[in-house]
Amino acid sequence: MTIAIQAEGLAKSFGDIRALDGIDLEVPSGTVLGLLGPNGSGKTTAVRIFATLLQPTSGRASVAGHDVVSQPSRVRSVIGLTSQTSAVDDHLTGFENLEIIGRLLGLAKADAGARARALLDRVDLASDGDRRARTYSGGMRRRLDLAASLVGRPKVLFLDEPTTGLDPRSRIQLWGTIRELVADGTTVLLTTQYLEEADHLADTITVLDQGRVIARGTSDQLKAQTGGQFLEVRPQDPSRLDEAAATLATLAGGAPVVDREGRLVGVSVDDPALVAAAVRQLDTAGIRIADLALRRPSLDDVFLQLTGHRSQPAPAAGAASGKRRHRRKAA
Amino acid sequence: MTATTTATRGGPAVRDRGHPARPGPRAIASQSLLIARRNLTALVRAPETIFFSVIQPIMFLLLFNYVFGGAIGGRGGGYINFLMPGILVQFIAFATFSTALGLNTDVAKGFVDRFRSLPIARSAVLTGRILSDAVGMAFNTVLLGAVGMLMGFRITGGPTSVVGACLLAWAFGIALCWVGAVIGLTLRSPEAVQSGGMSWLFPLTFASSAFAPAETMPGWLQAFVNVNPVTITTDAIRALLAGEPAGSLVAASLAWTAAITAVFFTLAVRRFQRMR
Repeated sequence: MTIAIQAEGLAKSFGDIRALDGIDLEVPSGTVLGLLGPNGSGKTTAVRIFATLLQPTSGRASVAGHDVVSQPSRVRSVIGLTSQTSAVDDHLTGFENLEIIGRLLGLAKADAGARARALLDRVDLASDGDRRARTYSGGMRRRLDLAASLVGRPKVLFLDEPTTGLDPRSRIQLWGTIRELVADGTTVLLTTQYLEEADHLADTITVLDQGRVIARGTSDQLKAQTGGQFLEVRPQDPSRLDEAAATLATLAGGAPVVDREGRLVGVSVDDPALVAAAVRQLDTAGIRIADLALRRPSLDDVFLQLTGHRSQPAPAAGAASGKRRHRRKAA
Repeated sequence: MTATTTATRGGPAVRDRGHPARPGPRAIASQSLLIARRNLTALVRAPETIFFSVIQPIMFLLLFNYVFGGAIGGRGGGYINFLMPGILVQFIAFATFSTALGLNTDVAKGFVDRFRSLPIARSAVLTGRILSDAVGMAFNTVLLGAVGMLMGFRITGGPTSVVGACLLAWAFGIALCWVGAVIGLTLRSPEAVQSGGMSWLFPLTFASSAFAPAETMPGWLQAFVNVNPVTITTDAIRALLAGEPAGSLVAASLAWTAAITAVFFTLAVRRFQRMR
């Protein structure tokens, strides 16, 4: 088993902001690593370092055995990058968008053209290839952008939030394309805020929060960390959420998590028999229950348990622009 | 960014060790041409952009000639001969705006990231942009010249002088494009470039001999106007087109062009390599 992507103590600071605070990663060839974390957790910074767009402040990173700092050209010749913004030229057709990358990579005109056609076919854009990209939908642009990152037949593919902003149908379509690539042996590092996406695509998941790795493993391993089952209780009176949490705390192994927006308390339970006990205790405390459910924990629960906040905080405009600002400041 | 370790130092300090496929001069040239062609294709397919970039200097030419012409140049209609080279240089200076906007948009849209992650010469993105802007500039100056001729502009210099005047103007324009590149790579958004990328061009082009002879201006202004590269280049072009001796003016203009290019080319390349 060879290692396609490796990082040791990788750190990056922008002024006082420590965007990446010493992470270790190892991605075996032909597998998919899902880098999961909220905005500002350092996912994009990590991808940009691997893609030789940023230099690390300290630590080491290599792709296909090539060091990103001392051998950037070698790294660039084996990677493909799809960044958060679709780098699609509106005035060119889908075909031309791909053809120019082939030509830039040194392919003859005919070869670049053939490669472009093959890739359009692969991302289900064959019949739209001769239309200007301006007329494409968001999902089509993302697929074209993905195709553009494949022109150089990369061994390692970096996908930075590939489906952010897409409707569910386009997302599932893009997932299908990514899965085909992986079946062909491409190594993929994918960042996402969507737990469902990591669940679907990734062989292993690394959870980042504030520039640090806070958990890693397969989806099942991470889910197991929060206990076998997850009990959710919704009191009829939302003002008694904390009381309900306190009651559940006396029973279960894990600490209960209060979700004020969802007006429910969740707790992991190792033994389903505890459910009956929970109902009795809540009843004794006089807390009437509107809804009660026992289910397998989602990665969302895992995230909440690990970080104390949800995986996808409500997108605050200020936070997003702040991120952009500090990135440009580092220029 | 505090550069404390060697790893943080971007740019030319980092050399790939022993990579056989580092792009050579030939590859850099063909990559720059490909990117220039892409930029020009986008330009041709957005005719409204071309329309406005051509219509603006023509409008200036018409307005200045017919509104101020009588007051400045007397009733003989001689002002057009004075004005034409000035409008030309002003137009060329304003063309740097497209360099700034084009590069900034490419950064914002992620193209620069895409190109920088490919095993191609990073400088090709910059040189390709300058190249396409130079082509657009050449096209528009010829068009502007033709309109000027229709309005009564007359060239009295020989063909060599005319070619020389064009080359001098374009060289100066390309030098200014590097200033535009630095602006485009420094400002944070295309909107910022829209509003801020042009403001410096007004004093630069108006506080010059482009529209009125420097002698008519107050002394303190003349001090600036006389060293302004726009004045020097405009006067050089005027002399060339009129078939007058232009040697020292041409030399001074070329010196400015070389100095501006040297400084802003270096700054642009540094900005580009250290981005983010």
